[in-house]
Amino acid sequence: MGEKEQGVLKIAVIYPELLGTYGDGGNGLVLVERARLRGYEAELTSVAIDEPLPDAQIYLLGGGEDGPQRRATEALHTDRSIAHRLNDGALLFAVCAGLQIVGISFAVEGGSRHSGLGLVPLETVRGEKRRVGEILVDVDGRDLVGFENHAGHTYPHDAEPLGLVKRGYGNDGVVDGVYQGGVIGTYAHGPVLAMNPWLADELLGHAIGHLLEEIDTPADRLYEARRKAVRHSPRTP
Amino acid sequence: MSKSPSALGMRGRIAVRALRVVNATSRGLGRGSGTVAGGRVAMKIDEDLFRKLFVGRTVILVSGTNGKTTTTALVRAAIGGDPASNLTGSNMAAGIVAALSTSTSSTCVIEVDEPWLPTVMNAARDAARRAVVLLNLSRDQLDRASEVRQLAQRWRDHFSSLENSAEWDVIANVNDPLVAYAVQPAAKVTACALPTPWHGDAISCPHCTKPIHFDEGLFGSWWCDCGFRAPHPDVFFDDGVRMDGVTYPLSLQLPGSFNAANAAAAVAAAQRIGVPPVDSIPRVNAVEDVAGRFGERMWKEQKFRLLLAKNPAGLAALISTVSEGSSPVVVSINANVADGRDPSWLYDAPFERLRGRTVWCDGTRALDLMTRLFYAGVDVRLTDDDPLFPRGLPSGEIMDVIGNYTAFAQWVKKSKAC
Repeated sequence: MGEKEQGVLKIAVIYPELLGTYGDGGNGLVLVERARLRGYEAELTSVAIDEPLPDAQIYLLGGGEDGPQRRATEALHTDRSIAHRLNDGALLFAVCAGLQIVGISFAVEGGSRHSGLGLVPLETVRGEKRRVGEILVDVDGRDLVGFENHAGHTYPHDAEPLGLVKRGYGNDGVVDGVYQGGVIGTYAHGPVLAMNPWLADELLGHAIGHLLEEIDTPADRLYEARRKAVRHSPRTP
Repeated sequence: MSKSPSALGMRGRIAVRALRVVNATSRGLGRGSGTVAGGRVAMKIDEDLFRKLFVGRTVILVSGTNGKTTTTALVRAAIGGDPASNLTGSNMAAGIVAALSTSTSSTCVIEVDEPWLPTVMNAARDAARRAVVLLNLSRDQLDRASEVRQLAQRWRDHFSSLENSAEWDVIANVNDPLVAYAVQPAAKVTACALPTPWHGDAISCPHCTKPIHFDEGLFGSWWCDCGFRAPHPDVFFDDGVRMDGVTYPLSLQLPGSFNAANAAAAVAAAQRIGVPPVDSIPRVNAVEDVAGRFGERMWKEQKFRLLLAKNPAGLAALISTVSEGSSPVVVSINANVADGRDPSWLYDAPFERLRGRTVWCDGTRALDLMTRLFYAGVDVRLTDDDPLFPRGLPSGEIMDVIGNYTAFAQWVKKSKAC
């Protein structure tokens, strides 16, 4: 039994009032409920914009509109603790705008550039067009399914991505997201962990310290149905 | 078309004739309610037709994310008579043109899709009297619509640039900070403090992005540290519509506090164009059913009440309404283009309030819904798993069905009014 198992598993959703446009709060709910279903004690906290980040094993960053995205980044710069927490073994799961925030820089509102948190070596510029649609990513042989809605083009290509894009656009039409130094990010936005129970369990396993036993939930049926549906969607939106 | 042929001119009259022919054909072919195609054709023939159709009329526009169709029906009832209206819900230019050109009424009550509001207000610049009712702004169909704060900004820019702004009576629900922000530059605002349970899109200030503080007390006040705050209301809802120092009680047939808010806005709008509450309220009270919503319907020997919710704010309002009962509820979710193709928003709706109830999950995205409800701790079933559904449900009880746009339409189609 690892040390982490003794205590409460803490999951913190960062600034949901700014970064929660697409039901991203669902990811926190899914993690907590899937931990509880296996008998772990788990606690979900929402961090308000003027609060310091609490201790947690998993932090979540969601998507948001341009102004709030900038504001959230400034607040995390001011807080300054996220990099130390990742060094100490915490995980950060970031979707959509969250993925852009964890990089070195991102562009919003007509192309003006802003410094990101610099946790991973990614830069985001405004893409040619908005990418809206289903996304399917091959993550080490497993499918991640979801929906993307963003105007970002994220590079470089050779930063450590989460996976290869099979449908949709992701970072650049070829790869999606990032998996590096405790940061896991994807353009599949919103409650992507609800649609991909295996990824939720992978994050939980990482935080708890070992692989978790399988459980049977309606999410498995949803996952299979979405995989089937997304395979028939356009290659790039 | 008794509506001032002189205003229409030769070109306008040809356009209106073409519109009627196209719409009649389209209805004959069974292609929808036949309002949009004709409107498009007519506007190609006469580009100025949209403006001409408003000339000399009294116009009340209704816009906002939720409650447009119901409030349009309530404003119609409030002012009485048979005003020109886009009752089929075609709420962009072509549908509005069709509604205006097929009625001879000197009054129009028009539902307007939110991004279209500036265009429609510009078209109505030569109307005799003008009022616009703005209900709320929240996230809705983000895969194809603007993000909601951009929409508030677009409305605000429009009110800033409006010539003769004082000729528009703006009836605005200022309990929604995004609506209050949008109408700040308008000259003649009737500020209404109406029940607005959803603040999920206005938690950060549209001026400075700092957090907005909400006081959930009687008048739903809010403020930001930057000084932006709820304006003092001219109209508020508190067991009735309170305006000009008098409280007028309401006894609506329509359920829910969201409909009380819609009714209060309708009564205020009617008052602004000269119909006093003593006349409007009894007619508003009598409304029972709006385009299949709220009324009792029958399908396979089971009675249902159909409710439409297209986004988290709408679902939050309906969940409060249905959570008072104990019988099973059906929730039907599709993700067609008209619904928005991304049902992520299900996680923004407070389904946890349905714990202890059985929810039947229906629609093409029933599995997304079932997963959401499972994590909310709600007892779930899938209508697809039970070929006998809805047989075996407690008979004699009315079962609530909440559907999003196309799912709701399918339920209206397969059920009958009773």
